[in-house]
Amino acid sequence: MYGNGYTSPEETAKQKPDPLAGEDLQQLALFEERITHGEKIEPQDWMPKEYRRQLIRMIEQHAHSEVIGALPEGTWITRAPSFKRKLALIAKVQDEIGHAHLLYNAAETLGKSREAMINDLLSGKSKYSNVFNYPATTWADVTVIGFLIDGAAIVNQVINAKGSYGPYCRALERICYEESFHLKQGHDALVHLAVGTKTQRAMLQDALNRWYRPIIHFFGPSDKASVHGTLLMKWKVKMASNDDMRNQFLDQYVPKIRELGLDFPDPKLNKNAEGIWEFSDPNWDEFFATINGNGPCNAERLAVRRWAEEHGRWVRKALMNPSQKQVLPLS
Amino acid sequence: MKSFDPRVNRINPIEEKTEMNIGEAWEPYEVFHQKKRGDHHIHVGSVHAPNAAQALLFAKEQYGRRQNCVNMWVVRTADVTQFQYDDADIFETAIDKEYREAYGFKVRDKINAYKKQQTESK
Repeated sequence: MYGNGYTSPEETAKQKPDPLAGEDLQQLALFEERITHGEKIEPQDWMPKEYRRQLIRMIEQHAHSEVIGALPEGTWITRAPSFKRKLALIAKVQDEIGHAHLLYNAAETLGKSREAMINDLLSGKSKYSNVFNYPATTWADVTVIGFLIDGAAIVNQVINAKGSYGPYCRALERICYEESFHLKQGHDALVHLAVGTKTQRAMLQDALNRWYRPIIHFFGPSDKASVHGTLLMKWKVKMASNDDMRNQFLDQYVPKIRELGLDFPDPKLNKNAEGIWEFSDPNWDEFFATINGNGPCNAERLAVRRWAEEHGRWVRKALMNPSQKQVLPLS
Repeated sequence: MKSFDPRVNRINPIEEKTEMNIGEAWEPYEVFHQKKRGDHHIHVGSVHAPNAAQALLFAKEQYGRRQNCVNMWVVRTADVTQFQYDDADIFETAIDKEYREAYGFKVRDKINAYKKQQTESK
């Protein structure tokens, strides 16, 4: 579902003043030349430490988001309102877990083991997309997630698929292909409510009201001014600023909600004369508080994930080969 | 911890520390799929599995659940031998490789010249 090059303030603080200190400048020049020419970097290639570190962080965060993102939707499978919706939701949730596998593989090629990544998720050290710290309280929430959150994720992933790291691009290509089905089934379910009874429309509007702010938060705070962003952009780790991606998303999706006679709860949400979408201050303090563990569902998401880990352990252990050494996937 | 979701409350989620042990994620296998009979098997990615039979099962779930597929191979990643990208120059071909290519052999001019010569000598 999601992929976001979001960088937290602590992460920025961790950033060394000179992230290139100690690098072989000749190798660095070759590496950057390859990227400038549009060539992909493969796992066996030389790469700056900072490139590796940032990619691991970003791909791992993306993988965790797929795993955690499956929780609010997965719990609705048994309560889906029709057989067709149930089949689609099962397929979608399975896809999300499949995406997590693809992404963990891509991150592993950079040297961090899958076990270490999962442990960092379980301990709360690694982040995942902030939107999944909010509850999906009604079926309308599931349709809003399916259409708008997946829509936002597609904007992000299509852009990132043009990045420089080969394994990540290949994973994203497959993910984007499957996301197109997620988006369609989400739109279909959302439109079904929108053109339905008064109660259905009211339920959908209520979900839109509650999800509006997390959706504006989705792409992260403005990072145009960040120097850090510049290096990542140059290396094609980050392909567009958070603001640009958010703008592209709003441009594509706000009209699709408004054509249904529905709207977001923000009178300031409008496109200005320069084609830029403006909106009210989305309270970034709330965003930071949530991503740092104080959102409505943070504790629950991790607790459920730990439960899954504990309850699947006997299967993994029974099949484990104790003499096996860590091997990185090839590509 | 109380969730609004009865399903979550029923399972008793775990709030204390939990860790995955090293080795529990098994090892990677590379996956190749064949889209239709007659095609080559093409590398599509990898899966983690405890053995080859299980790797095939995961490969089918991961890479065969939507698009056409008639067959799959899995190979332990540890068993794959590859060149290094650093050595990519070994694939650079000599400047003149005409002798290795179909376009390096042209006979039509010679045949035409021969035929012309034959006609003229009659």
